[in-house]
Amino acid sequence: MGAVVERPAQDQSETRPAPALKSKRRDARFPLVVLALVAALLVTLTLAVTIGPVAIAPFTVWQIALSRLTGLASGEWSAAHENIVWLIRLPRVFLAALVGAGLAVVGVAMQAAVRNPLADPYILGISSGASLAAVLVILLGVFKFFGIYSLSVAAFFGAVMSFVIVLTLAQHRGTLSPVRLILVGVALSYVLSAGTSFIIFRADDAEGIRSVLFWLQGSVAGAKWSYLTIPSVVVLIGTTYLVLQARPLNALIAGEETAISLGVNTNRFRRALMVVAAMITGVMVALAGAVGFVGLMMPHTVRLFVGSDHRRVLPVSLLAGAIFLVWVDVLARTIVQPEEMPLGVITGFIGGPFFIWLMRHRRDALGGGQS
Amino acid sequence: MTLHVENITWRVEEHTILRDVAVDVAAGELVGVLGPNGSGKSSLLRCIYRALKPDTGYITLDGDNVWDLDAREAARRTATVLQETPGEFEFVVWEMVLMGRTPHKSMFARENTEDHNLVESALDQVGMLSFADRSFSTLSGGEKQRVLIARALAQQARFLILDEPTNHLDVRYQLEILDLVRGLQVTTFTALHDLNLAATYCDRLYIMAEGEIVAAGTPDDVFQPALLRKVFGVEAEVQVHPRTGKLHIVFLPAHAASPPDPAPHEASASTVLVGGR
Repeated sequence: MGAVVERPAQDQSETRPAPALKSKRRDARFPLVVLALVAALLVTLTLAVTIGPVAIAPFTVWQIALSRLTGLASGEWSAAHENIVWLIRLPRVFLAALVGAGLAVVGVAMQAAVRNPLADPYILGISSGASLAAVLVILLGVFKFFGIYSLSVAAFFGAVMSFVIVLTLAQHRGTLSPVRLILVGVALSYVLSAGTSFIIFRADDAEGIRSVLFWLQGSVAGAKWSYLTIPSVVVLIGTTYLVLQARPLNALIAGEETAISLGVNTNRFRRALMVVAAMITGVMVALAGAVGFVGLMMPHTVRLFVGSDHRRVLPVSLLAGAIFLVWVDVLARTIVQPEEMPLGVITGFIGGPFFIWLMRHRRDALGGGQS
Repeated sequence: MTLHVENITWRVEEHTILRDVAVDVAAGELVGVLGPNGSGKSSLLRCIYRALKPDTGYITLDGDNVWDLDAREAARRTATVLQETPGEFEFVVWEMVLMGRTPHKSMFARENTEDHNLVESALDQVGMLSFADRSFSTLSGGEKQRVLIARALAQQARFLILDEPTNHLDVRYQLEILDLVRGLQVTTFTALHDLNLAATYCDRLYIMAEGEIVAAGTPDDVFQPALLRKVFGVEAEVQVHPRTGKLHIVFLPAHAASPPDPAPHEASASTVLVGGR
């Protein structure tokens, strides 16, 4: 199968009109894929609000939202319905979407930054730092002076602290090597998790332990509109930055020296990626706990469909991550009504097998090449 | 494009990897650097494409110090063909070559028809256009190498660095790749492993050993049996090939390397030596 054998085919393709290449057609078609996913996200958000102990019609959801936002729409709905939609379900659904979107995008950035498909948003010790801080708050009552926000504030600082420690320890001769980042991150995670386990083990507060375990697995219960501003801004800024850096991200996963030879300052770029990733992850963990799986598997799932090019992977991951976590949360609050399941239980049970199924049915796209 | 390397030295702790290395490549030349494993060839190249910063000395491209250029400007001048591949991440050939446009695009710019045309003509030039939609990881070694050269072409640099472009390739692809590079008529600096390929394709050669340049000149100048013995530790006979008119180096195995008409006990000694390996 050499060049000479293939040459006749190549001559034909030269005479064909330009858009003959599949890759180019795929680029041209891509805006439609994004539009379809945006539509799917809108449908998801609407349906997710209708589902719950009190069923509410999709149209009513829109009417209530419109009347709240513009004061224009009016119709037949009770104050109770309005409160359920506007004060409880909408903020919760939006928070789930933001967390899913943020973690999926950070997962993409992390996997590129350390050029390792097993990386996820938590490899810098961010979740274990946040978890330790959360345990300190819930079980030992530390950081009480932050009031109702003490858990979120403490978790965020825990996340930032562990990130700074990892980044400092991973530095070597002024450079950040991917392998060092991963190893230091993993090592620090063990230390911090040991601290978390120690505190849980020593505690005799059963209710507190339950809420710790719940927090460790992630949840968006109790979301309020006021919780949404910071994650929205952070996800928007972070994703915009990453999308603008799609080409350097591609170069980076093609190889460290390849990226350098394509004009990417890999050291500076990797540092910037870490900061963006830590910022988004820290906020997500502070608001929703350590939701697992999304940041690891969503990027892979997306790559199975759209390839590795970050100009496609990033926007699709953002939307798919949002859609996925909204549905996960719907399950989390409905399958054992009136109890709640932590998100991590659902993502693990459903997402894991789904991903394995997907990988086996599309093995051509993941590490197997085109057949 | 001209390259000038002015006495660079690079150390890792107390090991001197490169010592006072000086290289010049004139516009349009195809210059090779040869040397045994660990002689510093790759380190020298890495200094030129800015993956390493030498401790002393400097490198200029068209008179500008490479470290005074910003990273993207340096990449617009120099394209590098390495043996790195994306590993776990899948790219199609088209995307791999489109990466060559990276240093030319600002972060807000989208790829336009000009970029697409450059990618297509680069793929065409290396005979890989019909592979554009194939997954890079499914290609053979020679095909991959040609795609990476296409990426360098799409990069539109006027200076090309190649790190052992013929490594692990079948003989036929070795010749194809170097014919291709020769035909590009771009100023090229390449590390090579194969002395005969170097003699056939390169205008001039640098020979490195233990981090230093030990010989430089045309293939005729540098390929002397004494030098080959000293640097590569092999006995060799250097001939001019009647058809190519280029040098041809024949490596002599230990038993043939000893002077003719050996005394009987010497012959048996070398047989034992060979057998012992």
